[in-house]
Amino acid sequence: MAQGSLATGASTGLRPGPSSGPQPTNLGDILERVLDKGIVIAGDIRINLLDIELLTIKLRLVIASLDTASQVGINWWQSDPWLRADAANGSGNRVLEEENRQLRSRVEALEARSRDGG
Amino acid sequence: MAAEGGWVWLYGVAGGDLGAFADGVAGVGGAPLRTITAARLTAIVGDVGDREYGEAALRRNLEDLDWLARTARAHHAVLEAVAERGPVVPMRLATLFASDAGVTGTLQERAEDFREALSLISARSEWGVKAYAVKPSDPAGESGHQVAGREDQATGPGAAYLQRRRAQLTASKDARQEALASARAVYAELGRFAVSSRLYPPQAPDLAGQQTPMVLNAAYLVADERAGEFEAAMADLTARHRFVQLTLTGPWPAYSFVGESDGPGPR
Repeated sequence: MAQGSLATGASTGLRPGPSSGPQPTNLGDILERVLDKGIVIAGDIRINLLDIELLTIKLRLVIASLDTASQVGINWWQSDPWLRADAANGSGNRVLEEENRQLRSRVEALEARSRDGG
Repeated sequence: MAAEGGWVWLYGVAGGDLGAFADGVAGVGGAPLRTITAARLTAIVGDVGDREYGEAALRRNLEDLDWLARTARAHHAVLEAVAERGPVVPMRLATLFASDAGVTGTLQERAEDFREALSLISARSEWGVKAYAVKPSDPAGESGHQVAGREDQATGPGAAYLQRRRAQLTASKDARQEALASARAVYAELGRFAVSSRLYPPQAPDLAGQQTPMVLNAAYLVADERAGEFEAAMADLTARHRFVQLTLTGPWPAYSFVGESDGPGPR
């Protein structure tokens, strides 16, 4: 997703952040504001941006619906493969897969040997 | 007046005369900007063609991520340029009128809402604060290596795997708990320096351009005179919370603080 040249508009007014300096204006930050916030006026074209599919955006932008501070991150973590208890540890799964693969090839080798011998 | 077969795109509403503004900023569709005044309010508008911005075209184009990105950035760039000169009430993307008369009518009908919003955001700015969980450098940690070394001995690969996995889960769970606790603490602490705050859902990593999970995505409305304190608090929190990485964006036009807190329909 390209950071268009218009992104520089934001950085000119940006005071350096304390942690990692000025951040280029992220498309997600803009989209969540211009699609979901701002005053809603009934213009002459009636398109409810929340009704429209916007599939790509919704899938990529809206990970969880959060209303209160106490919920911060809960849904997010549940769906996040990095830390989710059963899915994460993709490294664990990979170890098992590798073990499986090695075992299968040994079985094949043994079967081949027994065929040759018999 | 909008050209025939065209529409008037409304960016935002400011109070009073803007004078020269947004020099060199092209609006949506590359159209020049102009203003419409009524009820002592100034609407910032641009003219766009029906072929790309008519109702049918809009429905199609809004589904096109590249078109949407370009249009959203253009809409934002205009509002940002106007906001440099004074408070502006941002409109939601794709607020379109058939003619200037429609804009004038809206300014008159909603004058009170606009003035209320303008007074809320006057001499205040929106700041965005995000927190990313800091990924443990090696989820397995030292114990992983120790376990690995014992693999060929009594325990065997299965038991070693289980031990390693348990260590990983514990490390992940601790990091998650710490990051979430930090996110809550940071959100509350920064609220002390703000007039108001809003929470956004965390963004997906590919959209945020970050590999690590976002655990906080908040917006704050901060009085300009307290911006220094706000930033100092950010620096302090950054030093105190090691399980999250904090980023600050802004100042933004006050998108998050002008509408009704709950828009029409569920999110």
